[in-house]
Amino acid sequence: MAAVMPAPAASRILMSGNEAVARAVWEAGVKVAAAYPGTPSTEMLEVISTYPDLYAEWSVNEKVSLEVAIGAAYAGSRAFCCMKHVGMNVASDALMTLTLTGVIGGLVIAIADDVGLSSSQNEQDSRYWGRFAHVPVFEPADSQEAYAMTLAAYELSEKHQVPVILRMTTRINHVKALVTVGARQERVGAGFKKDPSRFVMVPGNAGKRIPLMFQRDNTLRAEAEQSAWNVIEPGSDKRVAFITSGPAYMHVRESFPDAPVLKLGFSWPVPFEKCRELAAMADQVVVVEEVEPLVESELKAQGLKVIGKEILPLQGELAPPVIKPAIAGLLGEPVGEVPLRIKPAQVFPRPPTMCVACPHLGVYYTLSQVRNLNISGDIGCYTLGAGHPWQAMDTCVSMGASMGVALGMDKGRGESDKDKRIVAVIGDSTFLHMGMQGLLDMVYNKANVTVMLLDNRAVGMTGGQDNPGNGRDIHGEEAPRIDFAKLVEALGVKKERIHVVNPYELPVLFKTIRDEVKVPEVSVIITDQPCVLIKDYHKLKPYEVHEDKCTGCGNCLDVGCPAIHVTRRGKEVKASGREVDLAFVRIESSVCTGCGLCVQPCAPDAIQHYAPVSPIKLVTKGGCSA
Amino acid sequence: MSQVTNILVVGIGGQGVMTATEILAEAAIALGHDAKKTEVAGMAQRGGVVSSHLRFGSRVLSPQIAPGTADVLLAFEAAEGLRWQHMLRPGAIALVNDSRFVPPVVELGLFDYPTNPVADMKAAGTKVVAFDATTIAQGLGDIRLGNTVMLGAIADHLPFSADDLLACVLQRFQKKGEKMVDLNRLAFAAGRAAVGMVEASTA
Repeated sequence: MAAVMPAPAASRILMSGNEAVARAVWEAGVKVAAAYPGTPSTEMLEVISTYPDLYAEWSVNEKVSLEVAIGAAYAGSRAFCCMKHVGMNVASDALMTLTLTGVIGGLVIAIADDVGLSSSQNEQDSRYWGRFAHVPVFEPADSQEAYAMTLAAYELSEKHQVPVILRMTTRINHVKALVTVGARQERVGAGFKKDPSRFVMVPGNAGKRIPLMFQRDNTLRAEAEQSAWNVIEPGSDKRVAFITSGPAYMHVRESFPDAPVLKLGFSWPVPFEKCRELAAMADQVVVVEEVEPLVESELKAQGLKVIGKEILPLQGELAPPVIKPAIAGLLGEPVGEVPLRIKPAQVFPRPPTMCVACPHLGVYYTLSQVRNLNISGDIGCYTLGAGHPWQAMDTCVSMGASMGVALGMDKGRGESDKDKRIVAVIGDSTFLHMGMQGLLDMVYNKANVTVMLLDNRAVGMTGGQDNPGNGRDIHGEEAPRIDFAKLVEALGVKKERIHVVNPYELPVLFKTIRDEVKVPEVSVIITDQPCVLIKDYHKLKPYEVHEDKCTGCGNCLDVGCPAIHVTRRGKEVKASGREVDLAFVRIESSVCTGCGLCVQPCAPDAIQHYAPVSPIKLVTKGGCSA
Repeated sequence: MSQVTNILVVGIGGQGVMTATEILAEAAIALGHDAKKTEVAGMAQRGGVVSSHLRFGSRVLSPQIAPGTADVLLAFEAAEGLRWQHMLRPGAIALVNDSRFVPPVVELGLFDYPTNPVADMKAAGTKVVAFDATTIAQGLGDIRLGNTVMLGAIADHLPFSADDLLACVLQRFQKKGEKMVDLNRLAFAAGRAAVGMVEASTA
């Protein structure tokens, strides 16, 4: 993204949590910021990249992004990295040793938990990384706090030479609220000072750092006890007091405006004394935390009588419609039905779809036409291939897992899989993120797997970010571009087993897949057409359906393009006596971009280029229109 | 938490629901309100359901509108209006673009699209004003004006004046030239008139 002029200090701006963090990162004088895209964290680095005076990069995965930030922090500069919750699973190897070395320049790691699963394969509570790695955790409750806590986190990071986790959730990352911004501090990094006893973590050195880490826990807990981010708000309603953090605080405050509340902003290490102080203010204490009982368990271990997940769910957001009945139940009050005038209507689901003319449509249409496949999938837009009409993806676990899972399916074949062909489907960015190692493992261990590498030159699902596969950096400027065919060859795939195919050419794609699945070794089929949402994609002339020719066979619907609509349905009795359903169609020409995928399975040639009727018909003498 | 206004804007990924809500938020902020805007959206950019919540008032805590408490429902698509009508508080109004976006799962015959979503809403007792924003926008020469038509539609159902909202809408198009500003002014007026006409005819 292009650089923009930052808004002046004291501006009051409607900002998402992600935008607020980005602003604070710039104001804090951060020199290096790195991330891999992932919902709901993506916009943080996207926006950071528009600020001047700092280095920002899309890294190939979260572990690399954290390592880049670590290097900058060792060199005395302030550094930032962010990721979605599952990204920290990848980066955690670095985190667990980083906690021993600590940092010189401040390092803040923003982790975005997708509470409520808006776009993720699981729901994790990243606060556990604070406990596991012995590093402090901040939890903002809105955009203003996301901004202010980021600044505070850099101060804390440098004061204790410790990386700090900023734990966000979708309801912070993507909610827009007002933020008052400040001025940028200029900072000059101290430079890297060699200190092997601290920065070279071999057993002899690491062993000496571990006690320091535990000592730091105590210091940080004392700091949390005093922190202005951990505030007791007294209240007149003494029946229940609440200990809460993050967006749940807003929900608690909204639901119980008069209850005493301890709002944990600096939530790890848990400030036990503050919690005890609150407990003395009411008859009962309820811990309201998204999503796991982290604080609750800690307090129970301390002997505090608190209630939490006994009455609150272990999954999803704790919004007022969840909290209110839970507390009513606790108090023995009538829980009552939600006073809804109207019951929610039963309306068809509207699952996300692939885009009109998406190159993946060709791949999944073809895979759905090849029999006898077990298909291990991966994470990206192409995960939608598991859905209708293709149902051509059988597993989805984690980034890059399609490779290892395919190898395991091959080696672990059961009786029923004896004759099955194993296919792995992975996107370009996912392959570069964590798929390459899996492919190497397949080659090394002589797998019988056909890999579909869907190169659409973008990180599609998160909004088309650039990556090493498309030759552009985070600013859209030219960068070295990876050649996928050469890369997979270098990983050991035989040259004759590598095919680059245009996914819009269905017969070629079909033949290539059918041939390669029969070869009992690793093949890689690379599809090479760009995501329709990026600038590399060029629209072609749209198509329309000639109604008089459409036989209602419905073959075109199997492509799964959302531009194809059914105009009427019918039934036909075949010569064999079998009754078949008919679906006559039209193409929404205003959105069709002419990829031609639906033309290919259309038996009666009913799909032809759109010829708009001219709005003005010139009537000539002969009565013909021109 | 009295005096918080809850506006629910719903539709399909790609229709401009989030932008429309953001403009409504800007108008509320320009008039001195605190405001929070949030989406309950999955992978909405891929044709999924989008519901965008706007809450404004002297101080807003939770960004989410609880079911049964929305003051206005602005639906960019007919079946989406039906899907979300339970979010309205008793007596509140739903402004519905009565045009249909039929998803592939319906085209494949896996689910049915309701025969008449607006009639279903009325049958459930919801106060509905239905109009065809898509056709209005097409009539003005650009389907993308549908967003501004929808904002015009809600303009007389807000606790601030239609002109305050219009100013925020037009500000968005200042950079795109006078022609775009004029077109959007027309679109806004057309949406406002469409709702006004339905209301006058049913009053």
